[in-house]
Amino acid sequence: MTALDTAATPVEARRAPVYADDVIRAFMIATVFWGIVAFAAGVYIALQLAFPALNLGLEWTTFGRLRPVHTSAAIFAFGGNALLGTSFHVVQRTCRARLWGGDAFAWFVFWGYQAFIVLAASGYVLGITQSKEYAEPEWYVDLWLTIVWVAYLAIFLGTLLKREEPHIYVANWFYLAFILTIAVLHIGNNIAVPVSWFGTKSYGAASGVQDAMIQWWYGHNAVGFFLTAGFLGMMYYFIPKAAERPVYSYRLSIIHFWALIFLYIWAGPHHLHYTALPDWAQTLGMTFSIMLWMPSWGGMINGLMTLSGAWDKLRTNPGLRFSVTAVGFYGMSTFEGPVMSIKAVNSLSHYTDWTIGHVHSGALGWVAFIVFGALYYLVPFLWKKQDVWSPRLASWHFWISTMGIVLYITSMWVSGIMQGLMWRAYDELGFLQYSFVESVAAMHPFYVIRALGGLLFLSGALLMAYNFWRTIRGEEPARLAYAATPAE
Amino acid sequence: MTFRHAVIEKNVVLLAILTLITISIGGLVQIVPLFTIETTIERVEGIRPYTPLELMGRNIYVREGCYLCHSQQIRPFKDEIERYGHFSLAAESLYDHPFQWGSKRTGPDLARVGGKYSNEWHVAHLVEPKAVVPETVMPPYAFLAQKPLRYDDIAAHLRASRTVGVPYSDAMIEAARADLEAQASADGDSDALVKRYPKTVAADFDGNPARITEMDALVAYLQMLGTLVKFTDIRPEQLKQ
Amino acid sequence: MDLIEFYPLLKSLWVVWFFLVFTGIVAWALWPSRRRRLEEHATIPLRDTETR
Repeated sequence: MTALDTAATPVEARRAPVYADDVIRAFMIATVFWGIVAFAAGVYIALQLAFPALNLGLEWTTFGRLRPVHTSAAIFAFGGNALLGTSFHVVQRTCRARLWGGDAFAWFVFWGYQAFIVLAASGYVLGITQSKEYAEPEWYVDLWLTIVWVAYLAIFLGTLLKREEPHIYVANWFYLAFILTIAVLHIGNNIAVPVSWFGTKSYGAASGVQDAMIQWWYGHNAVGFFLTAGFLGMMYYFIPKAAERPVYSYRLSIIHFWALIFLYIWAGPHHLHYTALPDWAQTLGMTFSIMLWMPSWGGMINGLMTLSGAWDKLRTNPGLRFSVTAVGFYGMSTFEGPVMSIKAVNSLSHYTDWTIGHVHSGALGWVAFIVFGALYYLVPFLWKKQDVWSPRLASWHFWISTMGIVLYITSMWVSGIMQGLMWRAYDELGFLQYSFVESVAAMHPFYVIRALGGLLFLSGALLMAYNFWRTIRGEEPARLAYAATPAE
Repeated sequence: MTFRHAVIEKNVVLLAILTLITISIGGLVQIVPLFTIETTIERVEGIRPYTPLELMGRNIYVREGCYLCHSQQIRPFKDEIERYGHFSLAAESLYDHPFQWGSKRTGPDLARVGGKYSNEWHVAHLVEPKAVVPETVMPPYAFLAQKPLRYDDIAAHLRASRTVGVPYSDAMIEAARADLEAQASADGDSDALVKRYPKTVAADFDGNPARITEMDALVAYLQMLGTLVKFTDIRPEQLKQ
Repeated sequence: MDLIEFYPLLKSLWVVWFFLVFTGIVAWALWPSRRRRLEEHATIPLRDTETR
């Protein structure tokens, strides 16, 4: 079939098939639930750093055991459920095909994924971890996730294969790249030999410098393909949908896709600057990280320009406001990232809170906001309502969360740069000016501000959950209340 | 036949394969040479596998997530070398499955903490960090001193480590239990242990001779960190990667 | 020639490969005659006939 045949087919004339929506609704509820768990865990461990008494003196509640609960809940539980759910929504609509494999298979992926989350998180609290950041689950959980992931891939590919729409819409490319690459990374980084088949402990296949490289090849691309490519798929569907206009440039999206997936995979070594990793690998990592700036901003421009001529929709559509702000934060953190990958900058920023702030401008500003945008669109859509119960409450959610992010990242900039400068400061006699613990003490006010930022973000998410609860229960949208809202 | 991107756009399998190729290149080019280029690991002497007690201590370090706040990787900067000691070598984490370089210093680097403080200091600090360092934000780990170390499967740990490449000999695996008990006691006979694992220090690390606790194992591990390579004997060309 | 000697060559070749392929993709995507057809794909999400 040639391109011209495609264009000539009157796709509009076809009737939409009946889509599998129950499982998507379940994914959306899980997204909100795990989001609140992740944000609450984050606030708690942030408070632990400001007030260490909150470690409670128990082995299960120390920062060391709870931190992976926070990161896994944020990335895999909140982000993962959002990705799986929206990908099922987008692939059905853009292919005009019901999910392949039947409802039971999709439900297996849903419950299998929730089981993975519960197995992983309960393990962390009990001290079961292989200590590789964002890949902490031990071998038996890794095996389980592999099974679930293959099922997920099968459903996604199967649906693409039986599509009615001749062309595969670009959002699906991003989702597919996310599913495939995460499979490769997950297997590559988790090869391990268990001590016994009945125990939880294993020893990883690689060691030392090779293990470090493999871990950050995984770790950085968990950011690149889980937290970026997948969510770009979301951007390419939900922003056009909410703005009711096609993406600014489809041709740019093709370039964006290939450049992004090629460049991202090289960037891992910037996590290992000035370590025992050989210099050639560090230099490669830095070079590609800087180049990555281009496709990232290409994507950002494509997302933002989709709004051209429809900016007024931002006033009336709180979901779209989240999506567009998310793209703004994406632009910001994909500029900050390449800067931090420059070795001279990294020598100051590495090991400090600056990195934590950078991660959160991406995780809160980009990932969480693009998810909120999709949720405010999808929840009324999937439950067949005109709109969310209270767009005004959604507006409150937006402003409270944005304030939380601003507090979070500014406090971490200050504390991170201060920390880095204190560590390398010399007095006039040529001695190190500060002991390490002086730098710890100096962090206290910023840790309090950071926790406050997190608390605001959590409060916003609670408002969202309440709003969805009322929406799903079937109350009429509070139209009048919204009409009285002044323009922001 | 002319090239048609439309073919890629419409063919799911082709799109998937091209995506896989595109994402594989970077990883292959960066990871494979680290295994094949011999100079990746510096040629220094003194690196040995962990003793059974140190290995169990290391597993506790991993279990408690110590790496989330403490790095084990000193960078080649003047201030870091003055603060922590010689910059870290790849050789020093040769037998680290998994590596513990860390990515954040909420607390100080621990790559060369071994021998800097006494066993008593470590125990007091782990039991109640604030008692030793008032400004600290570290959680207390008093429970380690109460929990007996579980080491009935210590030989299986060494065997699994050998499977992934750590050169534990048959003799080491056979004597694993005896070696562990010898290292955790101040008055036992540790000659055979030191012969198998040079530079090993045997002590009653937690100050409680009645039993071997998780505290014994963790302190034994902390006290050997960074002590294996003697940097005074090293020539620059040995460190070239 | 083992992989160690081959490595610098491999490294520079991948850069050349990347450059060529990327230029190809950009040229292909931006070629004026393809504009209409490609931009038409952008309307796929909007063709949904579902109503709430």
